[in-house]
Amino acid sequence: MKGSLIILSFFATGLLVGVFRWLPAELQYSNASFYVLCLLMFSVGFSIGNDPQSFHQFKTLNLRLAFLPLMTIVGTWIGIIVVGLLVRNRSLTDCLAVGSGFGYYSLSSILITQYKGVELGTIALLSNIMREVITLLFAPFILKYFGTLAPISAGGATTMDTTFPVIVRNSGPDYAIVSIYHGFIVDFSVPFLVTLFCSL
Amino acid sequence: MMFVVIACMLAGMAGGYLLRSRKIQFAHRFILGLIWLLLFLLGLELGANKMVVSQFGVLGFEALLLAFGGTLGSILAAWLLWTFCLKKGASK
Repeated sequence: MKGSLIILSFFATGLLVGVFRWLPAELQYSNASFYVLCLLMFSVGFSIGNDPQSFHQFKTLNLRLAFLPLMTIVGTWIGIIVVGLLVRNRSLTDCLAVGSGFGYYSLSSILITQYKGVELGTIALLSNIMREVITLLFAPFILKYFGTLAPISAGGATTMDTTFPVIVRNSGPDYAIVSIYHGFIVDFSVPFLVTLFCSL
Repeated sequence: MMFVVIACMLAGMAGGYLLRSRKIQFAHRFILGLIWLLLFLLGLELGANKMVVSQFGVLGFEALLLAFGGTLGSILAAWLLWTFCLKKGASK
């Protein structure tokens, strides 16, 4: 609880600073977040490599975990269909195209803007950012109520980069390899699935 | 870009493995600090993006419903797989 509140307050402070432009604009175009991400991944890798237990635990992983990306994709679609049927002001294929971004907001919003116009593209951008933020903020709760794999599925396509450190902190270093494998497969599926639902 | 990120982690793993005789205690605190910094920068990027801020009121609610539905659906699917794995694990 305390951890999520601290994370939320850092995120909110960033939002305010961005909206009111309290920092020089150059910082926003400097790729600073990419360098921080690289440093973060190095540190996470370091802590995994430094722990003699972690390599040992990779071997004990259940092979059924290979199905996790499929569960993420199908589960997302079912959730999206339920929302789409309840809201009803947009076609199901449009909703599914947005959902098939799986948190990969840059690519999915660009593709959807190309295929379906700027309004659905903006929804895809916002919706997939929200998925990433939901995962970052609520990973501890998701873990507590839905088990070790749930934060990985919630992270969708982002589990090998932006949400990876949070997942390793919550699900544990033994699941780092699952998180990367999952992120890789789901990430790879985004352009195909978004294109598929946009052309239906 | 994705591969640069993965390469960073592999380099970190190699570094950590080479130094495994020494326990590096502060790594976890350092990671937490970087997560905070990254979230701050994500907020900064979104807050400074005029398109995101101006469209938020109009399309934000619909986007939130879709984000919520998709995330919850995948969480439940993962939960299903997790209980399945636990059952099989216990019977081994």
